[in-house]
Amino acid sequence: MINISDSATKLNSLNRRMFILAAAKVIILGGIVSRLFFLQVKENKKYLTLSDKNRIREWKLPPIRGEFIDYFGNTIAGNFEAYQLHIIPEEVEEFRYVIYRIKELLELSEKQFKKIIKKKNEIKPWETLIVADNLSWEKFSKINNHLYDLNGVKPVISISRDYPYKENFTHVLGYVSQANENDLLTNENIKEKFVPGLKVGKTGLERSFEKRLIGSNSVERYEVNAYGRRISQLAFQKGNKGETIRLTIDTKIQELTNELLKEKAGSICVMDIYTGAIISMHSSPSFDPNSFVFGISQDEWQLIRNNPLKPLVNKSLSGNYSPGSTIKPIVALSALENEIISPDFTVQCKGHKNPLELYGQTYHCWKKEGHGFVNLREAMKQSCDTYFYEVARRLGVDRLSVTAKEFGLGKKVFKDVFDNEKKGLIPNTEWKKNALGRNWVLGETIITGIGQGFIQTTPIQLCLMTAQIANGGYKIYPKIVAKDENRYDDKFKPLYKKARNIKIVQDAMFSSTNEVRGTSYRSRLNDPKYQFAGKTGTSQVKKITERDRELDLKTFEIPYEERDHALYVAFGPYKNPRYALSIIIEHGGSGGTVAAPLAKELFKMIIDRHDIRKDYDNKKYLDI
Amino acid sequence: MYQHTRFNNRNNIFQKVGNLDYILLSCLLLLGFISLATMYSTDGGEILFHTKSHFTKFIIFFSMMIVISFINIKFWFSLGYLSYAIILGMLIWTINFGITASGSKRWIDLYFLNLQPSELMKIFIILCLAKYFHRMKTQHVNSFYTISLSLIIIFVPMSLVIIQPDLGTSLLIAISGVVVLWFAGLNHKYFFYSCLLSIISLPIIISFLKPYQKLRVLTFLNPDRDPLGAGYQIIQSKIAVGSGGITGKGFLKGTQSYLEFLPEKHTDFIFTLFSEEFGFIGSVVLLLIYAVIIYRIIRIGALSRSYFAKLFCYSFGTSIFIYIVINMSMVLGLLPIVGSPLPIMSYGGSSMLATMIGFGIVMSAKTHSQQSIA
Repeated sequence: MINISDSATKLNSLNRRMFILAAAKVIILGGIVSRLFFLQVKENKKYLTLSDKNRIREWKLPPIRGEFIDYFGNTIAGNFEAYQLHIIPEEVEEFRYVIYRIKELLELSEKQFKKIIKKKNEIKPWETLIVADNLSWEKFSKINNHLYDLNGVKPVISISRDYPYKENFTHVLGYVSQANENDLLTNENIKEKFVPGLKVGKTGLERSFEKRLIGSNSVERYEVNAYGRRISQLAFQKGNKGETIRLTIDTKIQELTNELLKEKAGSICVMDIYTGAIISMHSSPSFDPNSFVFGISQDEWQLIRNNPLKPLVNKSLSGNYSPGSTIKPIVALSALENEIISPDFTVQCKGHKNPLELYGQTYHCWKKEGHGFVNLREAMKQSCDTYFYEVARRLGVDRLSVTAKEFGLGKKVFKDVFDNEKKGLIPNTEWKKNALGRNWVLGETIITGIGQGFIQTTPIQLCLMTAQIANGGYKIYPKIVAKDENRYDDKFKPLYKKARNIKIVQDAMFSSTNEVRGTSYRSRLNDPKYQFAGKTGTSQVKKITERDRELDLKTFEIPYEERDHALYVAFGPYKNPRYALSIIIEHGGSGGTVAAPLAKELFKMIIDRHDIRKDYDNKKYLDI
Repeated sequence: MYQHTRFNNRNNIFQKVGNLDYILLSCLLLLGFISLATMYSTDGGEILFHTKSHFTKFIIFFSMMIVISFINIKFWFSLGYLSYAIILGMLIWTINFGITASGSKRWIDLYFLNLQPSELMKIFIILCLAKYFHRMKTQHVNSFYTISLSLIIIFVPMSLVIIQPDLGTSLLIAISGVVVLWFAGLNHKYFFYSCLLSIISLPIIISFLKPYQKLRVLTFLNPDRDPLGAGYQIIQSKIAVGSGGITGKGFLKGTQSYLEFLPEKHTDFIFTLFSEEFGFIGSVVLLLIYAVIIYRIIRIGALSRSYFAKLFCYSFGTSIFIYIVINMSMVLGLLPIVGSPLPIMSYGGSSMLATMIGFGIVMSAKTHSQQSIA
């Protein structure tokens, strides 16, 4: 059928084609080998790195937060060991049994229990479920005693924030709580160090110094599989604890300020007049920051939030108050500096029957009978409003505002340390035109002279103002952190033109506290060691009508919201001043009767503690 | 004639044993051993399902191959058309009553084995076409009738496999068929023109592809466009191979596979795992073993007297070569991902069965190399 020659051609063709293909095969095989060579030899490093990246994953652990200590080294925001209960669901054979057993042992409420179950369903089975984050020792040991029955349950001791002085430092330190989305978006540092359950500062210094406090994460390096399950631990890299920050605050005095303002709304600030160190700063009422560490309960939160005394507001820094008569030292100083008046300048105060009249408006002194003829010293001592109406009228608001601003009013005291600090307001003609679009009227100058009207100051500003008068008129920069890295070129720059003017004001303030008929005479301390000078203030919340004047009600007869704020600024010891303070009690009534007595208590302690503070400094110096 | 052959067989049984290609056999055994070791590694260093099953299948099919070697090549010649028809029938059966797994109907349930007829077709299409061209006169080879008929022989099973759908296997079937056509002496210009045509019509073909197939092509062109989705396999495979380095990470130490980053490591990506653990040297050794096997197959073809045996051996050897090249190119990121197992190494009964039948026929050609087919 097939002849031989045809068969031969066929075979020839077949063998020839086989030969062609064999050559092609060798080339292709060479191609495969060279590809292997390229991947495995030439690019080996790149792929090895990629392979390690695949299989090695790092777990960050929460960093240990730095502490806050007071001036004497007492821990005021520290860390404690929180007893926690962790479960890795996939390691538990019978999850339902174990979780019910835990519920029984810990006496969990139905609501808490549901929350745990919900959390369990959200995580992957090999991730850690935190069943309880802060157990009491009794419950923790109870669990430990029943561990034989609770397969897969891990009792864990974890480091957490603790505020041993509870509400005493809340407004200075702020508090920490679980980092939320907003924290991650606004703070790069938190974002970088974030791990679930990380606690970050929410307000106060805890927030401002987040970067220094947060520390660095410990890192656990694990080999993982494609599904992210940990296979084995490869390395552990220990992180650093955050920085410990020493404050200038004296805990003893801070506790006293808490004591003094108990059940009142208000603020006390105490400052070293030379270093600017804040000795105490308290805003009342306060709350326990420990409640926030593990998340505050809804009921407790509502209680704090709805308190009419506003515990969430840091009144020392963000309370804007009319300074009332506490502005008078600055008005007097400004008038003296601008040579508008001399200390002998005299005004007649005629009492309510004959008030000062200007363009149809009447301006009353607080004293019904009037003060008669008063000079500067006498006017300051008795806080005569009529006198200061006249001084302000002659001075003008623009010149007053320059002096007020120089002494620290109308701008932030701590620059950007506290994010909730307010600027207050020192008005002048230009400000009103820009802000309100209307011209300044003379009547407004007159009431600015007694610290009413547009003028707004914060308690810390009043404290700074007093401190700078007390130290002889030199500029200082308040600080709350003991080690202040900032260098200020104009520190101790004289704020006065004539040093004598400062002396006159100081002396007038001395008379107000230590001489008969002085507004805070009753709060004086006679011992020269403690003797202090001050100025009371009573700032009106509401315009006083003729009717009010006739009724002349006692403070407790007026509704709370309409009562005057009581203020007091002071410095001492008078002979050799060292400390200044400002006190404000919201709706407390008259400054002389409510605020000034607190200063008496405070100065006793502040001056006693001054030696201890000095000794501590010297001792420390010797230690080094 | 058939009886006569059988009679002959019995007489020459010792001669046949002596005639077996022992180099080929030992290479196959070596490959079997390597594949078992690799399978053991995919099971995470334990003898689990895949290792056991692969071992059983290898032993059964290897013995079957030995048995086939003793069957006269004439028997396979005579079975050429029938076997093709039977497999075709199986493919049609698959379409109607097949087992569906991961979106395609590829398997027939034979109770003791899930058979994938498309894998068998890869071998039996060679057998069928080899028989078809065996008697063909040279001048008829390039006739319109012959070409049309052989193309029909290729296209029918191919389209039956495509609708399963299984693009990879259907392409391999087509390649096996075209390889036979090439050896049979089809004019070069047809290959040239059809290549040109397919390049020109490539955009049109792509527009007909299913979305997941399009995605594979796009992924091949740029694996990083979706590194955790479509590009995941190829990226992880390249990482595994690349991180193996010259000497490899060591047996049972391939982190990519051990930690389950490698997909389909038992089947299509078995070479990746091998390459990761044994490195460049191991991979080249494996390639060498394959090269020796293919060389032996072609040598057997060259030594055979019959045109049918020659055609079959050459085509089978070339097809095996192409399967290997496609599989390796795929895992090394040189070709898009198409389902194509690595002969002997990959887990899969049907593929092993088909390959072993092929080797059996080759071996039979060796033992009966002096036999001419009328």
